[in-house]
Amino acid sequence: MKELKITGGRIIDPANQRDEVADLFIRDGRIVEEVSADAEVIDAKGLVVAPGLIDLHVHLREPGQSHKETIGSGTAAAAAGGFTSVVCMPNTSPVADNPATVRWIHERAEQVAKVNVFCTGAITKGLAGEELAPIGSLKNAGVVAITDDGHCVQSHEVMRRALEYARMFDLPLLDHCQDYSLVADGVMHEGEWSVRLGLPGWPRIGEEIIVMRNIMLSELCDVPIHCQHMSSGGSVRLLREARARGVKISGEVCPHHIALTDECLKTYDSNFKMNPPLRTERDIELLLEGIADGTIDILGSDHAPHAAYEKEVEIDHAPFGILGLETEFGAFCDILVHKRKVVDLPRLIALLTMNPAKLLKLDRGTLSTGAVADVTLIDPDLVWTYDVGETFSLSRNTPFHGWEFRGRAVRTIVAGETVWKL
Amino acid sequence: MTTKPTWTRKDLVGLDSLSAEEITLLLDTAKAFKGVGERNLKKVPALRGKTLVNFFVEPSTRTRTSFELAALRLSADVINVSATVSSLKKGETLKDTAKNFEALLADIIVIRHSSPGAAQFLAERLDASVINGGDGAHEHPTQGLLDVFTMRERFGGIEGLKVAIVGDILFSRVARSNVHALVKLGAEVTLVGPTTLVPKSLESLGVRVTHRLDDVLETTDVINLLRIQHERQRKEYFPSLGEYTALFGLTKARAARLRPDALIMHPGPINRGVEIDSDVADGSRSVILEQVTNGVAVRMAVLYFCAGGAGVQA
Amino acid sequence: MTESKNGEATVVAMDADAIRKAIRRIAHEIIEQNPDLSKVVLAGIPTRGIEVSRRIAEHIEQVEGIRPQTGTVDVSMHRDDLALRNRLTAVESTHLPLDLEGLTVILVDDVLFTGRSCRAAMDAVASFGRPARIQLAALVDRGHRELPIRADYVGRNLPTELSEKIRVRFENLDGVPDSVTVVKP
Repeated sequence: MKELKITGGRIIDPANQRDEVADLFIRDGRIVEEVSADAEVIDAKGLVVAPGLIDLHVHLREPGQSHKETIGSGTAAAAAGGFTSVVCMPNTSPVADNPATVRWIHERAEQVAKVNVFCTGAITKGLAGEELAPIGSLKNAGVVAITDDGHCVQSHEVMRRALEYARMFDLPLLDHCQDYSLVADGVMHEGEWSVRLGLPGWPRIGEEIIVMRNIMLSELCDVPIHCQHMSSGGSVRLLREARARGVKISGEVCPHHIALTDECLKTYDSNFKMNPPLRTERDIELLLEGIADGTIDILGSDHAPHAAYEKEVEIDHAPFGILGLETEFGAFCDILVHKRKVVDLPRLIALLTMNPAKLLKLDRGTLSTGAVADVTLIDPDLVWTYDVGETFSLSRNTPFHGWEFRGRAVRTIVAGETVWKL
Repeated sequence: MTTKPTWTRKDLVGLDSLSAEEITLLLDTAKAFKGVGERNLKKVPALRGKTLVNFFVEPSTRTRTSFELAALRLSADVINVSATVSSLKKGETLKDTAKNFEALLADIIVIRHSSPGAAQFLAERLDASVINGGDGAHEHPTQGLLDVFTMRERFGGIEGLKVAIVGDILFSRVARSNVHALVKLGAEVTLVGPTTLVPKSLESLGVRVTHRLDDVLETTDVINLLRIQHERQRKEYFPSLGEYTALFGLTKARAARLRPDALIMHPGPINRGVEIDSDVADGSRSVILEQVTNGVAVRMAVLYFCAGGAGVQA
Repeated sequence: MTESKNGEATVVAMDADAIRKAIRRIAHEIIEQNPDLSKVVLAGIPTRGIEVSRRIAEHIEQVEGIRPQTGTVDVSMHRDDLALRNRLTAVESTHLPLDLEGLTVILVDDVLFTGRSCRAAMDAVASFGRPARIQLAALVDRGHRELPIRADYVGRNLPTELSEKIRVRFENLDGVPDSVTVVKP
């Protein structure tokens, strides 16, 4: 029997609408009502005690791309960012479009992962957007959602059938919203800077048109669709209208899309190249409005590691994506809570715990009695500087090296075990 | 006494980042180097002992030849290296290839590449001088300079000059370099072409956009016609060369409406009968061949400044 | 010695009158040495060599009624010490008659120092053709030659320290009275 007592912290548990200074008790990896007098004590005075943070959008790169990241290194980075659960995307090699690969990931995570790893399965075989993956078998293997992330099912017919089929298994669908014909070989936001830099544009409409498609298909098939990494202000408006109508559509925002703009690409630095691309100050404002009014109720990182030699090439040949897990909470807390005052801290925590757990039906994201004791201790006012030289990731592709953030997770506890502390 | 303008850069990546003074310095010096081409002995020792690598990852005859001639007239040694994007993708990276040139002690690398930013990518990573010979749709600074040089030679100055650039602006590095130089030097630039190839967002560069060539013919001092490359373009931008010519080609009838002293320019190679009527291209107002001659002088000035001195070497 | 505004120590070596007399003497020597002035080209080295050559030509015209041809020779692209220079300035155009056959080219500079500009200028002239002779005129010869070069016409021999600078100013170019000053380090 192992007992733990986290004392004197401000417990914020949005699922129970709880926000008070109190002690939290853990026995054998679960939240309990009380512990014996000889329980181990963690002093949390001045800290926030939150449910373990969940990132529903992470690329762990294993199997197949272990030069970029492994389940071990990626989850270590998650722990260092305060995340107790990550949801990994299926664009591995081989693709997680079959139960064997999903089981391999689960087994590997069992051996090496620092935090909980939840798997997603592909919508279509090989992420090719043509034939359905064996969604039923994937569900049996334990996936929590289906997604072709990194790719987008272009055929509306295929998408419709995937949704209808997924309904049998009560699986939500996560979609990377990108219309291939409109985006073509787009590298960055289509606007003044793409014109100046001579880079092919990735227009907002390329995202919005798929968001709209998803709204209509979600409504038709009555299956939840979660639009990943929203970048365009226009997408927020579409989501707002649809949600008001009761459509089961949701959207997520990543830190880079509210911290950076397309102007950052003016030196052709591929650490600012992501998909969807960085957009404008106006888009940031609209995304923030969406977060403020609840249109956007889930946050994620789209942690996408790439080796330096892969990124250090011509900008149009460089892969999309950046690291995210270690800077995610700092960036969100700094921007959303402190600088722009878009949400308060309890709301921010809800967006990173309860809400993703609810979408994916994870038994996580709360500090209710009996729940798995995944806990993140947060110092919301700690000012710190990110040094990518100290990252746990195998890759270094971040635009945030040297950035100062206010707010940081200081201790990460998974099922009652401290897996990382500052 | 004012201090003379000086050059402090190792590289020439684009004209967007240059000041009006730096552009003027290059143009003034190009004038002196143009004189070298008119001497009995068309060679000066300014870059004696330096090695220039013409590194072309995209085919080009005229730009490569012009740089080669410019380097030879400055007494530099020249080697030409051609590659293809596909060969770079399969084997060595761009960075490794360029590092190899440097290991061979090249002093100057002229790079032509289909990727925007390729020249800047090398400039940041190499001690050698890097000259942009055209990077995707980004910039072609020496073409921009030679166009402006040609206009300045004819009109004496650029301030207030009305310049129309016609064609596929969206994909044109020549247009961008022209715009940056002309705007900095005070010209009034109008971009002309179909809405698909000349989007409104180009106005952020400090120019006017119009989709009617007929609106500018009578007032413009210079008309610079860009090569239309329908074969390489995605076909959704305009339906056919025939329709393009009907709307935006400099036909005889349109040329007749130009002012008598207007200059007709084209960066070449020209598509006779498409963006420009064949006779108009050969007519008295056309300076297309002068542009070629001036290209060597401008490139000599660029090489002289970027690779000639000591202080600019990293 | 005077202390100028920016704190440097300067000595005036030639005033306007001395400069006028020196140019007059150079002009007379050129006339003496070159019976056929129609075969003489005065080639100024930018910036102030051009002004010196203009004044010499003017004086010759006053005395002889014939103005020798003038031209300019920019030496920067012919220098052998280009790679040692930190900052490059604009190169001026060179203007010389295209056929130099049988002509005497007199290079004119304000200050003769190491001789490297003169060597570069001879190179530049050679790229235009093969003149009968090349001569050199300098308003001031300050010594410290690094090449076997000697001026044919000298306005004033001015022994200097290597660390000193010679500053030549012309009223019509610089807006201050004609002068040659030695600037102490």
